Amino acid sequence: MISPAEGLRAAFTEGRTALIPYLTAGYPSLEGAYEVGEAYIEAGADVVEIGVPFSDPLADGPTIQNTANRALENGADLGYCFELASRFSGRVPVVLLVYYNNVFARGAERFLAESAEAGVSGLVIPDLPIDEAVAFRKMAGEKGVAICPLVAPTTTEARLDKVAEAASGFVYCVSVSGVTGAREKLPQGAVDLLGRVRAKVSVPVALGFGISTAEAAVEAAEAGAEGVIVGSKLMQIVADGGPEAAGAWLRELRAALSGGAGV
Amino acid sequence: MQQETDKTGYFGSFGGRYVPETLIHALEELEEAYERYKGDPEFVRELEVLARDFVGRATPFMLAERLTKKWGGANVWFKREDLAHTGAHKINNALGQILLADRMGKSRVIAETGAGQHGVATATVAALYGKECVVYMGEEDTRRQAPNVLRMKLLGAEVRPVTSGSGTLKAALNEAIRDWVTNVEDTHYIIGTVAGPAPYPRIVRDLQAVIGRETEAQAQERLGGDPDAIVACVGGGSNAIGIFHQFVGREGVRLVGVEAAGHGLESGEHGASLTGGAPGVLHGSLSYVLQTADGQIREAHSISAGLDYPSVGPEHAYLKDEGLVEYVSVTDEDALKAFVECSRLEGIIPALESAHAISYAEGLAKELGPGKNMVINMSGRGDKDIGVVAEHVGIDAKEAEEASGDQ
Ligand SMILES: Cc1ncc(COP(=O)(O)O)c(C=O)c1O
Repeated sequence: MISPAEGLRAAFTEGRTALIPYLTAGYPSLEGAYEVGEAYIEAGADVVEIGVPFSDPLADGPTIQNTANRALENGADLGYCFELASRFSGRVPVVLLVYYNNVFARGAERFLAESAEAGVSGLVIPDLPIDEAVAFRKMAGEKGVAICPLVAPTTTEARLDKVAEAASGFVYCVSVSGVTGAREKLPQGAVDLLGRVRAKVSVPVALGFGISTAEAAVEAAEAGAEGVIVGSKLMQIVADGGPEAAGAWLRELRAALSGGAGV
Repeated sequence: MQQETDKTGYFGSFGGRYVPETLIHALEELEEAYERYKGDPEFVRELEVLARDFVGRATPFMLAERLTKKWGGANVWFKREDLAHTGAHKINNALGQILLADRMGKSRVIAETGAGQHGVATATVAALYGKECVVYMGEEDTRRQAPNVLRMKLLGAEVRPVTSGSGTLKAALNEAIRDWVTNVEDTHYIIGTVAGPAPYPRIVRDLQAVIGRETEAQAQERLGGDPDAIVACVGGGSNAIGIFHQFVGREGVRLVGVEAAGHGLESGEHGASLTGGAPGVLHGSLSYVLQTADGQIREAHSISAGLDYPSVGPEHAYLKDEGLVEYVSVTDEDALKAFVECSRLEGIIPALESAHAISYAEGLAKELGPGKNMVINMSGRGDKDIGVVAEHVGIDAKEAEEASGDQ
């Protein structure tokens, strides 16, 4: 049997850019988030990223902050988040985007055990840089849950070496110095970063933060991204047009990526 | 998993650097710059000259005779940080950090503020050094500390009200950190207290420690030795660490930190993270935090905007667990009483934050008894608070408003 972490790496197949849509657990409603995930899977998501709503999401811009606030009002607690993850994890690898205090408060051991039980493949923890994660990473390894560290345009070469060592899932390249939020164009810094990271790491490399057009996604793929993560843009579409609209948009993105440039 | 970052970022098991990767490089740069300059004679001299000529240090050490008499216990001494330029201890930190920002070649500084005192201090030093300055302030705080908003604008700073959550200090910190992540190339974040990711808690402590060094020398001169107790209010904890640092672990000196009990600890509406919270991670460090079982951060409450914060600097968490400092709390109501009492008996209108320390000091003075010496850190002046106080104690609000325009 392959571990969830291995399943995650396998979602990045040679010659195809993995599509990694994000949803906030509990948004627009507890049941609505499930419909959003279903729409993503139908549209061809290769990995689903589920955001655990946090009261103080430092790395997020207004769009995702608003979804998190709504989700918390809706009663999206940790138990619910794991339950939501377990509904998808049999069909597609699921990663959780979680702020560290939600992990810490639960107890790292217990959080990891519950993640594994829900079939979660990997964790993205935006406020747990690699230096703070040494013991946690070891525990996660024992539970078969992958760690997907983030790297940013400001990450030095020396730190990239450490990331290369620490990553067991994919490396999450942050396209800009900034918070999440839809942006029109792929910044030059993102292209440079992808190049620097791919030269160092052996696990797959995905790009996120601000990807909101098919052109930007295709550009990212051409620059070497093996996966693209789309969050704020999809949450905006869910807010305006519901899960189907998000699914439709994602299908177009899939087509654009598989078409010409998607390598 | 606490200890394995590079040792320097922790106080026991508290502290660390829990921030987005984008900021790590900036924090490393800051740490390097600080290590390079803190012992640099030119830097030290520039800071000393400005502390003297611009801030007005050393601040006085004053016997509060009428309070001493009224309380009938230990001699009550005030360390007069309220007399520092801009009206609070916050300037000690802001000044040191602007010197660092300047040497790091940053053209823009940002800050969060609760009571507005740190915002004013930052706007002030930004004016002095010709830097662009943006201050994030919870919307509720822009209302209750309105005079300070005006002061910041006069000094040329942009004040950005933050509406998320209850519109107080926590929200302002979130927004300041988001700004920093976005503009890290040209911007230095002048955090206002001993919280945040390493190396901030240590830098801010070192810059505030001047309060305790002066207190030690002044006590030596006036009392012939150390005081028996030192009391300070604790929001993020910078004025408290500032006056405690020199005395931590010293035999015979009781150190007491006073948090905001708001409507009472049992009400759940307070700002007492050390006495009413649990370990957790907020704003870049592991410390005591007010939170739910799931790790969602709770909104704090205090009548005093500077203490209305659901966490506390990590060094305080360490000092608490080691039993080196006692932490207690005082309600809104008791702080208000102390505010008025100090104004009327000593002719000093204290900041509502400092009034928490004064309130607790009454009981402590009685406990220590006559002949002993107790120092209260008068962290700031209360001009900014007279509107809020007037609302609560029924002084004619109109009078108070006019007065608040006058400071
Ligand atoms: C006068 C005064 N005292 C105390 C505080 C609380 O901060 P800290 O605990 O960092 O001293 C503030 C904060 O705004 C303040 O303005």
